[in-house]
Amino acid sequence: MTSHEQIARSAAGAPAAEARDVSKRYGATVALHSAGIAVRAGETHALVGRNGAGKSTLVSILTGLQRPDGGEIRFDGAPAPALADRDAWRQRVACVYQKSTIIPTLTVAENLFLNRQSGRGLIDWRGLRRRAADLLAGYGVDIDPAALAGSLTVEQRQLVEIARALSFGARFIILDEPTAQLDAAAIDRLFDRMRELQSAGVTFLFISHHLQEVYEVCQRVTVLRDARHILTEPVEALSRDELVAAMTGETGRALAEGVARPPVPATAPVVLDVRGLRLAGHYDGVDLTVRAGEMVGLIGSGSSGKVALAETIAGLRRADAGTVTIAGTTPKPGQVPAALAAGLGYLPQDRHREGLVPLLSVAENATMPIADRLGPAGIIAPARQRTTAERMIRAYDIKTDGPHQPVGDLSGGNAQKVVLARALANDPRALVMVSPTAGVDVRSKASLLGAIGAAAAGGTGVLVVSDELDDLRSCDRVLVMFHGEVIRDVPRGWTDAELVSAVEGVEQP
Amino acid sequence: MTGTETIAKPPTTGGTRPGGGRLPLARLRDFALVPAIILLVVVGALIDPVFLSAANITNVLQQQTELALLVLAEAIILIAGKFDLSLESTIGLAPALAVALVIPAASNGLGTELPAGLAIVLCLLTGLAIGAFNGLLILRFKLSAFIVTLGMLIVLRGLQIGITGGQNLFDIPPSVLYLGSAVWLGVPASIWISGTLFVVGIVALGYFRHGRSVYAIGGNTDAARAAGIRTDRVVWAVLMIGGLLAALAGLLMTGRLGSVAAAQGDGMIFTVFAAAVIGGISLDGGKGTLFGALCGVIVLGLINNILTLAGVSAQWIQAIYGAIILVALILARLTSGKAQD
Ligand SMILES: Nc1ncnc2c1ncn2[C@@H]1O[C@H](COP(=O)(O)OP(=O)(O)OP(=O)(O)O)[C@@H](O)[C@H]1O
Ligand SMILES: [Mg+2]
Repeated sequence: MTSHEQIARSAAGAPAAEARDVSKRYGATVALHSAGIAVRAGETHALVGRNGAGKSTLVSILTGLQRPDGGEIRFDGAPAPALADRDAWRQRVACVYQKSTIIPTLTVAENLFLNRQSGRGLIDWRGLRRRAADLLAGYGVDIDPAALAGSLTVEQRQLVEIARALSFGARFIILDEPTAQLDAAAIDRLFDRMRELQSAGVTFLFISHHLQEVYEVCQRVTVLRDARHILTEPVEALSRDELVAAMTGETGRALAEGVARPPVPATAPVVLDVRGLRLAGHYDGVDLTVRAGEMVGLIGSGSSGKVALAETIAGLRRADAGTVTIAGTTPKPGQVPAALAAGLGYLPQDRHREGLVPLLSVAENATMPIADRLGPAGIIAPARQRTTAERMIRAYDIKTDGPHQPVGDLSGGNAQKVVLARALANDPRALVMVSPTAGVDVRSKASLLGAIGAAAAGGTGVLVVSDELDDLRSCDRVLVMFHGEVIRDVPRGWTDAELVSAVEGVEQP
Repeated sequence: MTGTETIAKPPTTGGTRPGGGRLPLARLRDFALVPAIILLVVVGALIDPVFLSAANITNVLQQQTELALLVLAEAIILIAGKFDLSLESTIGLAPALAVALVIPAASNGLGTELPAGLAIVLCLLTGLAIGAFNGLLILRFKLSAFIVTLGMLIVLRGLQIGITGGQNLFDIPPSVLYLGSAVWLGVPASIWISGTLFVVGIVALGYFRHGRSVYAIGGNTDAARAAGIRTDRVVWAVLMIGGLLAALAGLLMTGRLGSVAAAQGDGMIFTVFAAAVIGGISLDGGKGTLFGALCGVIVLGLINNILTLAGVSAQWIQAIYGAIILVALILARLTSGKAQD
């Protein structure tokens, strides 16, 4: 194998990228404590750790966005360029950051060639769109370069970011949780592309909370825990359990099979009732019901229309036909407040855009929907807000300095937990969640799924829209969407192969 | 069962809105005000035949040149995601300071009596310095642009009153009067100047990398920084250009009126913002074009002129003008379909 030969050859030489004894603090938070990583030329190196372990901080230091408080960065054995020299950094390292760096008000073409639209002279817009189309086509991405980036789906925006990172021709590429919001087919395309580039000699640093991906595409893995470097090993040398133990610092199984739950009585009231819903270009003739206390999964590929369906239920989109009934009332379609007032809890797919107010504290963000219950006559009693928030921080395993910390300063996965805490805060009658555990580490995943299960046990009807099989194991039944239609209703006890082939639209023999 | 179907239709590109076509919606929005302008011209012509005379058109345009320059400045600053309220004071202070430095104390000058030829340069430098100082407070000390420039609005107006003793300055050197009163090729110089600067602005923001970086910064500063744009430097430059344009607008106004009023520019900032927003500039940053902003200026100029020609009484004109601007804002909101927050 060429890639293995390359690794062997360059193992003797200097690492393609190296961080030595890097430290970084944010106020009282130690994000990195004398941590290090060495990525060999030609390998795909995994970086894993729990939410808030310091992975993204290390990435921002490795890409020259932040100056470390101590330690040094080297590329191919030479010291890193000065922080101000962005061009020099970009020739050495390209990156898809965890937080979107797409500019929604500009076109796709301009986002791809941001700050390099032209040399010195005028921008040739037509040529720029053509170059963008070529670049996207080369990556097999079917997106109109003239479209506004803000009109793209989460997945499309991420594909644009990946295409852009690859287009710099840098030989070292960092991908910070690129798969968190992609569906299975898109992930496969990404991995194919990565392998191709790797055999052409490109080095990758790959961050993911999906440990099976680490085994699938990576040769070595580095674990960070609580801002420190724990180990760096070839992936063959570590079992999955050992990897989880290194990440969490405790031994034990990663994730339960799916919690056993009592059957939902057929007499339980229907809390979410969708009848004949149709939205041109997304889905057609969708019927579904969720009873109080029931957990229903909804799975399907990126083009299945499942996210658009969830967004319609939440009032973010307006269906062309059909009705959505929440706990017996039919809220005005296309209006989020109406859906919420009817008793819906909603966890959006794009937390950066729809989820949180970054400058407000964890406490304020998490208690927003229940603010009216924290004191008389609309007054928010600070002490009650704080204790409520502290309870949430414990229940959802949020790593933060405390309830007062602005949400914008949390790590990606921890911000995600705040959104989830908020969706569950006001005991909704029906709860719709899109990819609830995207970007959440293995251990927290279990506690989040536990919290969702507890909500269902308390009488909430839950609809989990996700591609993650682990998210769906506890569901009473899983609906499979394919090209805009619900084609299967799979009861508990499915096998992975059964569900995956249903998603692909292949009938099981 | 449909599940047997294995031939997938080609993956739909979910989010790209159908019907966007080759001509992006954003491009069309640039011309959204053109019908409004045509309508206003027709209404004006019906109300008074004088409206279409070359003299009146020239007059309308010339009166709008100062506003146009302020809108140009504000639009660029808004696109970069910042604010500048102090422009309305710069337009008064910059020429007042420059004039006071060159005229004798007897004419309310400061008594320094610098050579009169320096006045234009002094005026423009004052504008640049104000923009630079705003930048210092906003970028270095990380203060909110809104509150900084609101403070500067008051401080600068106060400085002008302090320097001139609250008097209007009448003893203006001819060099300062020139730009605002000269006529080049039959058209007032101020129209040439504003028109040229708009063309320069449109080309710079539409076709040059540095100009596009203003949009990138307003759209997502972190992303712009990650792409290697020196965001602070660009914003600083934009604020200084804003101050410079406001000072130039001050020169034009001084030349047109033949004096520097103590309240020169007072209250203009509402009109400036209104023209920019009607013209499609987003207060959130990153959105809108200078061509749109120019259309906004022309719409307001035409409305103003029509009200005058229609003989609306001087006591009422301000209230009616303000109300029409609010209606125009509502219409702009409805036609663009986007919230103007
Ligand atoms: N700008 C900031 N200000 C204050 N604290 C910060 C900031 N950025 C990160 N932190 C803190 O630094 C720690 C490490 O964050 P980092 O984003 O590196 O985590 P991570 O390993 O990438 O986690 P995740 O898997 O959730 O993305 C966290 O505790 C976080 O709260
Ligand atoms: Mg992270």
